[in-house]
Amino acid sequence: MKPNSSRIPLASLALALASMIVGSAPVVAEDVVNIYSARKEALILPLLQRFEADTGIGFRLVTGKADGLLKRIEIEGEATPADIFITVDAGRLQRAKSAGILQSIRNPVLNETIPLHLRDKDSQWFGLSRRARVIFYARDRVDPEELSTYEALADEKWRGRLCIRSSGNIYNQSLVASMIRHLGEERTEQWARGLVANLARKPGGGDTDQLHAVAAGQCDLTLVNTYYFGRLLNSDKEKDRAAAEKIGVFWPNQDGRGAHVNVSGAGITRHARNRAAAEALLEFLVTPESQGWYAEVSNEYPVVPVAPISDTLRRLGEFKADTLNLTFLGENNKAALQLMDRAGWR
Amino acid sequence: MMRSAALSAGGNSRGLQRLPSGWAIVGALTSLIILVPIGAVCVYLFTPASENWSHLVDTVLPEYIRNSLWLTVGVALGAGSIGVTTAWLTSMYRFPGRDLLTWLLLLPLAMPAYIIAYTYTGMLDVSGPLQGWIRRAFGLSYGEYWFPEVRSLGGAIVMFSLVLYPYVYLLARAAFIGQSVCVLEVSRTLGCSPWKSFSKVAVPLARPAIVAGLSLALMETLADFGTVQYFGVSTFTTGIYRTWFGMFDAVAAAQLSAVLLIFVFALILLERWSRRRAHFHHTTNRYQRLPDIRLSRGWSALAFIACLLPLLFGFIIPTVQLVIWALETYDTMVDRRFVTLAWHSFALAAGAAMVALVPALILGYGNRIHPSRAMRFFSRLSSMGYAIPGTVIAVGILIPFGALDNALNHWTREYFDMGVGLVFSGTVFVLLFAYTVRFLAISLQTVEAGLEKVKPSMDDAARSMGSNRAAVLRDIHLPILRGSLLTAMVIVFVDVMKELPATLILRPFDFNTLAVRAYELASDERLADSSTAALAIVAVGIIPVILLSGAISRSRAGTRPI
Amino acid sequence: MNTKAHNHLDIIDVSVELGGNRVVDNVSLSMEDGETGSLLGPSGCGKTTLLRAIAGFEQPSRGRVQIRGQIVSGTGHHLAPERRGVGMVFQDLALFPHLTVFDNVGFGIRHKGSDAIRRRVYELLELVGLERHADMYPHELSGGQQQRVALIRAIAPEPDLLLLDEPFSGQDLELREQLAREVREVLRLDGVTALLVTHDQLEAFAFSDRMGVINCGRLHQWDSGYNLYHWPADRFVAEFIGRGVFIRARVLDEDRLHAGIGVISGEMSMSYPAGTEVDVLLRPDDVRYDPQGSISARVESAAFRGADHLYTLELGDGSRVMCHVPSHHAHQPGEEITIRLDLQHMVVFPRDNSA
Repeated sequence: MKPNSSRIPLASLALALASMIVGSAPVVAEDVVNIYSARKEALILPLLQRFEADTGIGFRLVTGKADGLLKRIEIEGEATPADIFITVDAGRLQRAKSAGILQSIRNPVLNETIPLHLRDKDSQWFGLSRRARVIFYARDRVDPEELSTYEALADEKWRGRLCIRSSGNIYNQSLVASMIRHLGEERTEQWARGLVANLARKPGGGDTDQLHAVAAGQCDLTLVNTYYFGRLLNSDKEKDRAAAEKIGVFWPNQDGRGAHVNVSGAGITRHARNRAAAEALLEFLVTPESQGWYAEVSNEYPVVPVAPISDTLRRLGEFKADTLNLTFLGENNKAALQLMDRAGWR
Repeated sequence: MMRSAALSAGGNSRGLQRLPSGWAIVGALTSLIILVPIGAVCVYLFTPASENWSHLVDTVLPEYIRNSLWLTVGVALGAGSIGVTTAWLTSMYRFPGRDLLTWLLLLPLAMPAYIIAYTYTGMLDVSGPLQGWIRRAFGLSYGEYWFPEVRSLGGAIVMFSLVLYPYVYLLARAAFIGQSVCVLEVSRTLGCSPWKSFSKVAVPLARPAIVAGLSLALMETLADFGTVQYFGVSTFTTGIYRTWFGMFDAVAAAQLSAVLLIFVFALILLERWSRRRAHFHHTTNRYQRLPDIRLSRGWSALAFIACLLPLLFGFIIPTVQLVIWALETYDTMVDRRFVTLAWHSFALAAGAAMVALVPALILGYGNRIHPSRAMRFFSRLSSMGYAIPGTVIAVGILIPFGALDNALNHWTREYFDMGVGLVFSGTVFVLLFAYTVRFLAISLQTVEAGLEKVKPSMDDAARSMGSNRAAVLRDIHLPILRGSLLTAMVIVFVDVMKELPATLILRPFDFNTLAVRAYELASDERLADSSTAALAIVAVGIIPVILLSGAISRSRAGTRPI
Repeated sequence: MNTKAHNHLDIIDVSVELGGNRVVDNVSLSMEDGETGSLLGPSGCGKTTLLRAIAGFEQPSRGRVQIRGQIVSGTGHHLAPERRGVGMVFQDLALFPHLTVFDNVGFGIRHKGSDAIRRRVYELLELVGLERHADMYPHELSGGQQQRVALIRAIAPEPDLLLLDEPFSGQDLELREQLAREVREVLRLDGVTALLVTHDQLEAFAFSDRMGVINCGRLHQWDSGYNLYHWPADRFVAEFIGRGVFIRARVLDEDRLHAGIGVISGEMSMSYPAGTEVDVLLRPDDVRYDPQGSISARVESAAFRGADHLYTLELGDGSRVMCHVPSHHAHQPGEEITIRLDLQHMVVFPRDNSA
């Protein structure tokens, strides 16, 4: 009696699994674009659904960590189903390019709408949204007059007053990579050592955690991507909004090169089978509507100059952005990592 | 003449105990297949060391070693002491609530380490409610009061201890139950206090089981990425990740993995070594009734509290926090897609639980029927996947299957003028394979422990009473092994529910799981939004844990699981 | 083809090799229907392997095994263990932990109707006094009870032959003999032919009609217990069965020997030419305590055994013998006593010069 009662669910489960295996066999269809995305599902799916509704082109999506997806495309080689690779950092885009998994796209729409420094010089990848990594300070304990540049954060007067994420975080790596480009390795390493010496606590946590730490008084300054602050401002939690109230934003290096800017972006894979559909998706993502969505929903800055800016972003104010070609972020990534290792930035 | 005839006849005949050496071949093949992903990564080892290696040695390697070592020692002490204490109390003493606690104590097994880490950080961080309350209540500001930092090595040790102690608890309890009470009573008559008979007799006797549980806990600790990454504690695993993907140096990453593997291999040897001695411990086939010592009211309360604390901190508090968050956000998080997520997670976990049993049974029976050094070595080697970070295994799987798919495509293009795309990569099949490689250690260990209970003489006895081989398997092996097989399936099930890195890299299109959903939202720093998925992982994971505890309490009827 | 009526069990020239070693070497023996037999020998002597070969778990490299005249092993045949009708009781009993006593005992007859199973199981349980333990699990029984369950489980299918592999070795020394006697009684009541393997001779004496001494794979002697003790076929059997010492002597004529302590007479196990140097076996019961005895001896050590003392005595020529002395004659080590020899027959072997 017992074996029978357990056999039925087992069999149906096996059947269901088998159908999952068969169901996931690759399908090549004309009107579909296959996406490997390091942008989280929640931050890309709505746009994709709108794209499908507008164009009638379907999509299939896998999300994951950028490095894992990149490796997957690389190993899958010619057989890869991926048409398009989306990621949230210029360093990764550059890495994808040097891994040889992307192809050059001569698309007039993309080339005309996206500023030169926000896309690859060989047109292998394109920035789709901008995010700035800037200084946030405790309004009750820091006078913004004292703040000036990224470089000045290494100043002794900030001893024990700084919070930051670990060096494993790609945004920090890209920031340091840009500093290497501007200052050279030696001065950047000195700066990193000074920064580490100023830390109030060991590096760790996420960007939001750094903001909360500033609000709670564990430290006075931090370096955070702007949209995390935007999210606190718009949170439906009282506690988050209260924290945001205690924090001010400071745009560094406004008298010089401008604030460090990174992009989320995408490239079409070298072995893409649905290239036309993939290009159509990229074009869709730089339409003013999509760009506006980025700004509204995820508090990112558009890459298209004409795109409207959301209330939150308007509140953060105008700023001068570093126009360093983002290719360098990827090229200097390894040097940045090793430099942070040496400087003791864990 | 006569002599040589006799010898050749002897050469042809085989004892019936040993099946044809086909078993050995199948066993070796099985473990070779399991070893492919590890091998694919280890190939890099034979490339000369890059300059990155010297960078690693100069800068971060000492810290990786130090942190990994402290983490190992800390979790061994933490998970070990919690697991052994609770196992001892619940198996030897009778106090109010014991029967309930006996299975409740398993619940933290369903709690992924990275989720408990996020949860406690949310509660105990500077900006969390507790510290906020302290500041408001006492009018203090940060720095004017002492509070432990959650995001630290110590914090990581506590998190791992809280969710991994059930491995020790599970195995130690089974060992305590199986111990002859006579031995304990003898030690009491020899003048040992209850404490002494616990520390001097019971624990040493159960040591192999305790070490086996600890080695599972420690391997999982060493393979963890999410928790230590979030806490900013650099270990081998974060180092491998950083070197491979950050510096794009597969060679140095593989070499780091090799150092990790040596670490793990030492652990496995330690465990095997102590397991071997276990054969001498279990000579009696007489099981005594449990002593069921009744405790006085004061001691009862203490025992109750001692068993409640790990449950409270490892399960109840984080679950309550998750529930609070989930209540704030569930209406936006739960929809039809969420049901699909849950179904994917469940089906994957259930499938992997069954699939992982197959190689475990092949290797387990191989060792039993055809014991040889090579066989033992291969099965030990196949167990190492448990300690290898999921990302490394995932890439190790991508490499051979990607190559296979590309070869297939070349071939079809040549003969049929069309590519077939990916046949293996990016399918559920590859995911199940990854889980099998990763979690074989658990199913193998459990199956082997179960097989040890089926003495060879039982096979002989059944056959001398007219059962053929198939009947012996059906009537003797299956019923005796059932508890162990169930245990193996449940643990693998729960582990797959929690598994993240391999799932993230290997899953097919439009195929998300609860763990992926929870991770994406949590890593996007939306803790509250991720709580629904996290809670669902815990909820789906609890069901088999309850099943498991049922199997344990029933096991006293005759056999012990594990 | 054999005109002579077959025995119940015939083992003919059987050798078994395990991993290249010849563990059983050219053994032959036979048993009559209803007989109980024992194979006695030191551990590792091949006796268990021989038993397993009879059961079909090992395949002989040479020779034949016949049960009721039917070849079960040999000349190209090998009948699977489950088809031999041979029951076996194992050293570790091998009770199935997941089955109750009732189901364990009924395991071998589970293809029968439930009434028949019930009847047979309870018949056997009553035979060993365990009818009230039917629903218990093996781990809930005492060692002796487990023993009895293992025994009746093996005989429940009414096997043609029952093999017992040191089933009493887990028991207390004093219990073994009694258990062996009880088991023999049960087997007699059930009419089972049985072969026991043991290293305990008292157990074997208590159990069997016929016994064999086996060493290094060779069967030295297959005979009644009495003959094994009194007419051992060789020195190994003589030394292995019972206590005793050899003393040196020279053959005088057909029934007299000259030893260091004087002339000994009695019927000799084998005749030797006068003047042959021999060793003669003296068992403790051949040496009598006798205050009027002609041989003086010094007490070297004494062991009190209740009804008697077992003395080790040193004789005039330096040789040592053992002697049972009634309990009330207590002597301290070092004291001189007198003894006489009382041999019905003499076990004599040519002098072993290597010793």
